[in-house]
Amino acid sequence: MIEERPLYIPEQNIVLEHNHEIDPEQLDDYFKIDGFAALNHVLTEMTPPEVIDQLSRSGLRGRGGAGYPTGLKWQTVAKAQGSPKYVICNGDEGDPGAFMDRNVMEAYPFKVLEGMTIAAYAIGASQGFIYVRAEYPLAVQRLKNAIRQMEKHNYLGKNIAGTPFSFDIDVRLGAGAFVCGEETALIASIEGRRGNPRPRPPYPAEHGLFGCPTLINNVETFANVAPILRNGAEWFASIGTEKSKGTKVFALSGRIARAGLIEVPMGTTLREIVFEIGGGIPDGKAYKAVQTGGPSGGCIPSDYLDVPVDYESLLNLGSFMGSGGMIVMDETSCMVDVARYFMEFCMSESCGKCVPCRVGTAQMYQLLTKIVHGDATLNDLALLETLCDMVRTTSLCGLGQGAPNPVMSTLRYFRDEYIAHIVEKRCPAGVCPVHKHVQQEVSA
Amino acid sequence: MQPISTKPTPPSDDKRWRIVTATMRRHGFRPDALIETLHSVQEAFGYVDDEAMRFVARGLQLPPSRVYGAATFYNYFMLKPQGEHTCVVCLGTACYIKGAAEVLEQLQLLTGVKPGETTPDKKVSLLSARCMGACGLAPVVVLDGEVNGMASPEALTAKVEEWTHHD
Amino acid sequence: MSVVTLKIDDRDVSGRDDETILEIARENGIVIPTLCYLEGLSIAGACRLCLVEVKGSSKLLPACATRVSEGMEVSTQSERLTHYRRMIIEMLFAEGNHICSVCVSNGHCQLQDAAVALGVDHIGVPYLYPNRTVDASHELFGIDHNRCILCARCVRVCDEVEGAHTWDVGARGIEARVITDFRTPWGDSDTCTSCGKCVQVCPTGALFAKGKSAGEMMKQSEFVQYLVAMRGRQS
Ligand SMILES: Cc1cc2nc3c(=O)[nH]c(=O)nc-3n(C[C@H](O)[C@H](O)[C@H](O)COP(=O)(O)O)c2cc1C
Ligand code: SF4
Ligand code: SF4
Ligand code: SF4
Ligand code: FES
Ligand code: FES
Repeated sequence: MIEERPLYIPEQNIVLEHNHEIDPEQLDDYFKIDGFAALNHVLTEMTPPEVIDQLSRSGLRGRGGAGYPTGLKWQTVAKAQGSPKYVICNGDEGDPGAFMDRNVMEAYPFKVLEGMTIAAYAIGASQGFIYVRAEYPLAVQRLKNAIRQMEKHNYLGKNIAGTPFSFDIDVRLGAGAFVCGEETALIASIEGRRGNPRPRPPYPAEHGLFGCPTLINNVETFANVAPILRNGAEWFASIGTEKSKGTKVFALSGRIARAGLIEVPMGTTLREIVFEIGGGIPDGKAYKAVQTGGPSGGCIPSDYLDVPVDYESLLNLGSFMGSGGMIVMDETSCMVDVARYFMEFCMSESCGKCVPCRVGTAQMYQLLTKIVHGDATLNDLALLETLCDMVRTTSLCGLGQGAPNPVMSTLRYFRDEYIAHIVEKRCPAGVCPVHKHVQQEVSA
Repeated sequence: MQPISTKPTPPSDDKRWRIVTATMRRHGFRPDALIETLHSVQEAFGYVDDEAMRFVARGLQLPPSRVYGAATFYNYFMLKPQGEHTCVVCLGTACYIKGAAEVLEQLQLLTGVKPGETTPDKKVSLLSARCMGACGLAPVVVLDGEVNGMASPEALTAKVEEWTHHD
Repeated sequence: MSVVTLKIDDRDVSGRDDETILEIARENGIVIPTLCYLEGLSIAGACRLCLVEVKGSSKLLPACATRVSEGMEVSTQSERLTHYRRMIIEMLFAEGNHICSVCVSNGHCQLQDAAVALGVDHIGVPYLYPNRTVDASHELFGIDHNRCILCARCVRVCDEVEGAHTWDVGARGIEARVITDFRTPWGDSDTCTSCGKCVQVCPTGALFAKGKSAGEMMKQSEFVQYLVAMRGRQS
């Protein structure tokens, strides 16, 4: 098993603690980075509404993709009628090129669990689940170990730290289904069923696990909670941009000199990330695009390298923050093939429940395959665009709604590459079989 | 229908069934233990076959089709025994950008099977995964649990030929 | 629970706030196309045919799964909605192998009906020609997967009304299929009571009673609402 070491030590680290050597298997070591100080403080000196108020004022937004304000979500669950209430940590990390949450769970399991425990106190939950993909056995082992140690030291279980508050956490394993990162599918999976999403509303905040009010946050979101309560909402809100506060962890990979995990303040530009922190593109090749947001995201071309990275600006560029995968591509990548790659992913990860996603992703994949083989016409391209709009607008869940995004974003910035494949029967990057096709014809 | 307290009878006296039963018991034989129980079957036996599904369905008092439906929804569960050796090619984004497709093509040629299949002599199972969390080392291939970064088709050929050729 | 007033297609209507847009539309004679919905069964929200526009929401909402609220303004018909609904129908035809002329349900099929009502006169997406099978092992009934649109009505009626849960969905995505027991032949099923409910609620010719020729299979699904209502009264 490989452990990724952070490659860059920024001024500000909230989630990753590069400056301290701590053993993720030892609760005592967690004290070195102020472990449980926030939990102790919260349980003895703050009321649940005060905790939620801190979170709201900090401006923390969900790190699992959509950037929903965390304080607001907590408040909704706190107010929801029904009991018991549940806290779920989403550690499914299904984006096929991202490993931030894995690192956070492996290196700072106590921090994630402390965040969940504070959340449970704030919303009035007595049971929590952390849903981790089965492909991360080390994370599972460390979380289980951390839970045992916290139980032993009375940071979990009955009457935590001598207060009336009780809370337990169990680990649940994913089983290789990207769609289970979607919150209603994740709930179905914890209930022991197929991971089919269901229409929302009702949202999990009101009708979640076993029909009860449920809070679902991402791993990195929970990892931000203890630092915020230790250092105050104002401290956190002073980092980042106007609407996106704090830092974000990214997994930088692809055609980049230094690949690895980074944590940067929100609003850092792509240029800084790719060229300063990542050391630029190796082998003297030229930057072409960076892909963010995984299968629901898009590709950002060089014209926008100076845009500050936050939720809104990525959306404006036709991409998506997602959970934090950043894959750098150079001139050797064909953008049509990239779009096809992601469509293949969405097609094979579609749960199959709703018609537009089940059939539409298969249709779009076929069309993209036709294009990369040089067999498509401009009519096929028009049909592809019609399908993109239809699948995005009518699918049941975020998987289907986001599936056309890689196609739409590459069409927006690299339309000429599509045209080259279709009209000139040529792949500008020299990747697609259309190229071989033509060469064979020439030599024959 | 048997009362909840009776423990279901395992299909054989293979001791591994005890592990499966223990998992079900730990969850009070509740229906929501289904995925956890299938995990424990796969961990104990390496795969989840019809016999195991029947046992789990009885143990958790679930309809057969619910168990089969869940087992086939999740890619992690194997319905057939795997080969002696496993070769997992990462098809995550970073590995794709760094040429995972060529690596996979080479391995397919070499073994004569597609991802998810096992060679007829049961020597090698070829599998694919989506990101092993080692993107910095892309393209990544995991041979019998050992991570091989920057995998080149040539280096892999040697290893896999070793598996397929000798007895 | 309270009474709310809202507008559907510019008509003032009212209903209880625990009712859906679809229920209130039907009470008022407003037709919204549906396929996966069946009164009396739980809501799937799967076919997306019932999507409607709601003022103030940038997303289209499934009428079968969306509760009404005070002052809501709903449009059930528009060029845009018709465009999407037609595409959904086209996708369903392209996904399976529907040879209507030889189908037992020809002329009594809800997929055909929806296609006619929406004016689908050709299929604009390529046919996928999947490799699908027929299971005729059951003494009385059969399933032809070529005609299945995966609405899961059979799964729900068998579980929720008959209590047998013989059906479920196996695999996922474009490979998903309805299955009986351990995907074992229907005729070998230990759970099936041969009640025939699944056959009656199936909107297409996928589930059929044996011995019918092309166009002969008429289905009656009203019993579901009746049974559910009766049980509600008893408990
Ligand atoms: C297809 C799909 C996959 C998702 N995968 C993940 C995931 O792997 N991890 C995650 O935290 N959120 C994922 N999400 C987002 C979750 O549904 C949910 O919004 C998130 O966990 C909420 O936490 P947050 O508010 O802290 O971001 C996914 C959403 C969709 C639609
Ligand atoms: S959009 Fe795709 S993944 Fe989501 S419910 Fe529909 S078929 Fe399933
Ligand atoms: S005949 Fe009745 S019991 Fe048998 S599968 Fe159909 S609905 Fe279920
Ligand atoms: S068999 Fe009929 S009822 Fe069942 S999913 Fe297919 S079309 Fe729907
Ligand atoms: S994409 Fe292969 S290890 Fe991440
Ligand atoms: S009838 Fe509403 S989604 Fe099928």
